[in-house]
Amino acid sequence: MKLLLDKANVEGIRFYEAYRKNGGYSSVEKAFKMAPADIVEEVKKSGLRGRGGAGFPTGLKWSFLAKPEGIPRYLVCNADESEPGTFKDRYLMEFLPHLLIEGLIISSFALGSNRTYIYIRGEYAWIPDILEQAIYEANQNGWLGKNILGSGFDCQIYVQRGAGAYICGEETALIESLEGKRGNPRIKPPFPAIKGLWDCPTVVNNVETLAAIVPIINMGGIEYAKIGIGKSTGTKLISACGNINKPGVYEIDMTISVEEFIYSDEYCGGIPNGKRLKACIPGGSSVPILPANLLLKTAKGETRYMNYESLSDGGFATGSMMGSGGFIVLDEDQCVVRNTLTLARFYHHESCGQCSPCREGTGWMKRVLYNIEYGKGKLSDIDLLWDIQRKIEGNTICPLGDAAAWPVAAAIRHFRDEFEWHVLNPEESQVRNFGLAHYADAREVVA
Amino acid sequence: MAEEVKKEVPQMFKVTIDNITVEVAPGTSILLAARKIGGDVTPPAMCFYSKLKGSGGKCRTCLVEVAAGSTADPRPMPKLVASCRTNVMDGMIVKSITSEKVLDARKGIVEFLLLNHPLDCPICDQAGECHLQDLSYEHGSEGTRYEFQRRLFEREDIGPYIQLHMTRCILCYRCTYVADQITNTRVHGILDRGEHAQISTYISKAIDNDFSGNMIDVCPVGALTDRTFRFKNRVWFLKPMDAHRDCDKCCGRVTLWNRGDEVFRVTARKDEWGEVEDAPDGKPGWICNTCRFDKKKTSDWIIEGPRKIKRHSVISAGHYVGTKKPHETIAEVMGGRHPKLLMDIHTVSEVNKNSVHLSAIEGPATAEVFNNGKGTVLPSPK
Ligand SMILES: Cc1cc2nc3c(=O)[nH]c(=O)nc-3n(C[C@H](O)[C@H](O)[C@H](O)COP(=O)(O)O)c2cc1C
Ligand code: SF4
Ligand code: SF4
Ligand code: FES
Repeated sequence: MKLLLDKANVEGIRFYEAYRKNGGYSSVEKAFKMAPADIVEEVKKSGLRGRGGAGFPTGLKWSFLAKPEGIPRYLVCNADESEPGTFKDRYLMEFLPHLLIEGLIISSFALGSNRTYIYIRGEYAWIPDILEQAIYEANQNGWLGKNILGSGFDCQIYVQRGAGAYICGEETALIESLEGKRGNPRIKPPFPAIKGLWDCPTVVNNVETLAAIVPIINMGGIEYAKIGIGKSTGTKLISACGNINKPGVYEIDMTISVEEFIYSDEYCGGIPNGKRLKACIPGGSSVPILPANLLLKTAKGETRYMNYESLSDGGFATGSMMGSGGFIVLDEDQCVVRNTLTLARFYHHESCGQCSPCREGTGWMKRVLYNIEYGKGKLSDIDLLWDIQRKIEGNTICPLGDAAAWPVAAAIRHFRDEFEWHVLNPEESQVRNFGLAHYADAREVVA
Repeated sequence: MAEEVKKEVPQMFKVTIDNITVEVAPGTSILLAARKIGGDVTPPAMCFYSKLKGSGGKCRTCLVEVAAGSTADPRPMPKLVASCRTNVMDGMIVKSITSEKVLDARKGIVEFLLLNHPLDCPICDQAGECHLQDLSYEHGSEGTRYEFQRRLFEREDIGPYIQLHMTRCILCYRCTYVADQITNTRVHGILDRGEHAQISTYISKAIDNDFSGNMIDVCPVGALTDRTFRFKNRVWFLKPMDAHRDCDKCCGRVTLWNRGDEVFRVTARKDEWGEVEDAPDGKPGWICNTCRFDKKKTSDWIIEGPRKIKRHSVISAGHYVGTKKPHETIAEVMGGRHPKLLMDIHTVSEVNKNSVHLSAIEGPATAEVFNNGKGTVLPSPK
């Protein structure tokens, strides 16, 4: 089922003419005949959950927006996408910029935002031009600007480039950065819905979330909610990478199993070179890594599906999270210690340094992991790592601290034997990998 | 008939912290409510400063457990919260030292704060009145588990009056709030991010304005020190005296730190939480640079009398009022706790050795290292 990427392969869809010919902007025509509050209602009914990582119900978030008289409200589109493994927003913006603009127009109307911002990560250097071209075309054709479709509603969209910081994807750091300040997350409360950009009520949503507003308005919230399963409604973009035959961005409806997603030719197409699946980080670098046995089946032995509930089944003990949809697959040749070090290095580099557990703890974990990876570790280092992550988690200003702690915790929880092997075999671990262990996927290797 | 003024009597909120109930006005933070109770239940605060708007939330030493949110919604809060930035609700139940979770987290935070700290108390001017030193004695572990090279920075003179020792900075941001809120311009700030974050002026600018000296007073550690006082004396050999003068720039109420008749340094008056004390007429207690750096003669001042330092730390142990070197070891002063982590400042000289650079030592430095002259001797800073 495709709702977002269905026309991604249409010739010239990046430009207005082709986009409009293929039914683009019809949702705006429909939405502007509705009352803003009814649009919010539709989104509530759709069950859409934020695609930026936390999975918070979008309609509910919108209904929290304070609406005091005489103060502007803002909608900000979070296009900072910097989570390792996640590259779905990039695909959307690059190939279907008008879909995002269309979603932004309806959402701005629903929320009463006359000035809407797209905050895009600095490293996506070529995409602002694509977005600005689309905004220009939308302006030329009366979808943006003053008095849109005679509704009396004015709206303009601005693209702001970040300077390349993962932390500026955290919504309050993003707002600070947008205001021209140092990108430090704010201390909450107050939440952006009350005091956000320039101290005005603000909604920050992910690119994919805002694009999904288009099909929701087109088909109606109730119809949208029929796709998927349980509280995982609609479709989800998954950016798959790592040891798979067909890395890329896939739109799935959230009823398929993880096994199908990895092995079917429609999606990842299996593991290359006849290797076997060892582990997977199913939702972007921040979520817990799972060994193959817990990835394909839950601890209760049930099939695990690609949706919010099923991926988090078992909590952190035996489950993971949907996160931002960055699906990273590791085959038997990958080293979990090295992988964890890579992630720890990332969080150390990206911590804003505001609060002490994250500022100091991320560097400490990185250094201890470095020692283990390079054969200089001690057995006690493994418990030390566990203790450091435990003291970071939950004690920081923003979730980056948790995001740094979880991957380390999960790696130790599920792959402790590999860590111990590294410590006990300092020389051997420099020349070969631990390889598969009891947690390997039992599937026969097809050579 | 007199106009009937119906004044809303502000309803008071009842909050229970470690089984002690106090009433505070709505909008009070848990930390300030706890300070009203005082004593051990008050969480330590390294970054919050009640006189600086927007401060707090960063160091995380003040984390507490909220066992019940309020009478209306008695659910516990899922995570520990920063008491300095969380307001009380009526009927809230807070656990500080009665919560294992809090004590454990606090210990962790102290370890994090000391991770990159050079532990160079014997050569640090803040020793004896340092909040980090107090914090580590009261809440820290006895040793560090960190085995790596600490962050190194060059000492830097930021303007004519202040020296910056970035190695000791805990990034509490207080000095930036002072510059924003007390002085007329801010020319310094935090550069870079994460562990590389540092206080600096933008391209070696000098901090030069009438109230910049207050940055020294708010700095909880020895990162910002008074260049007119550095290495002149140990604070515990000095006798604090309250004094005042007519000043057209500030309140003119200060504490003089004397040895005999000689004024070694001038600071603002600080309360038991280490914060600058407001004047009785409500005037802010910040002092200007003229009072702080230029008026160093007893004759410049009208002396009010000795000042009792209420804080729990070396200077307040009552041994510094004379000019003799104290005989007690720090373990005695600190009620039996042996300093393993921070060096014993009492076994070292009266005056700090400027030439020793202890941050260059790998691993924890000890008094032995110092006394044997093993500290890397660096050329004096520029
Ligand atoms: C460290 C950190 C980085 C984040 N980066 C992003 C990001 O790049 N893109 C994004 O959409 N959300 C990101 N988020 C989540 C946002 O804070 C916020 O929850 C999201 O933009 C809300 O949008 P949604 O409700 O549509 O998911 C990040 C959060 C954290 C803590
Ligand atoms: S958790 Fe890390 S990134 Fe978030 S505010 Fe604290 S230091 Fe900054
Ligand atoms: S220099 Fe002092 S006041 Fe400024 S941030 Fe560092 S520790 Fe805080
Ligand atoms: S004093 Fe509350 S976080 Fe620092």
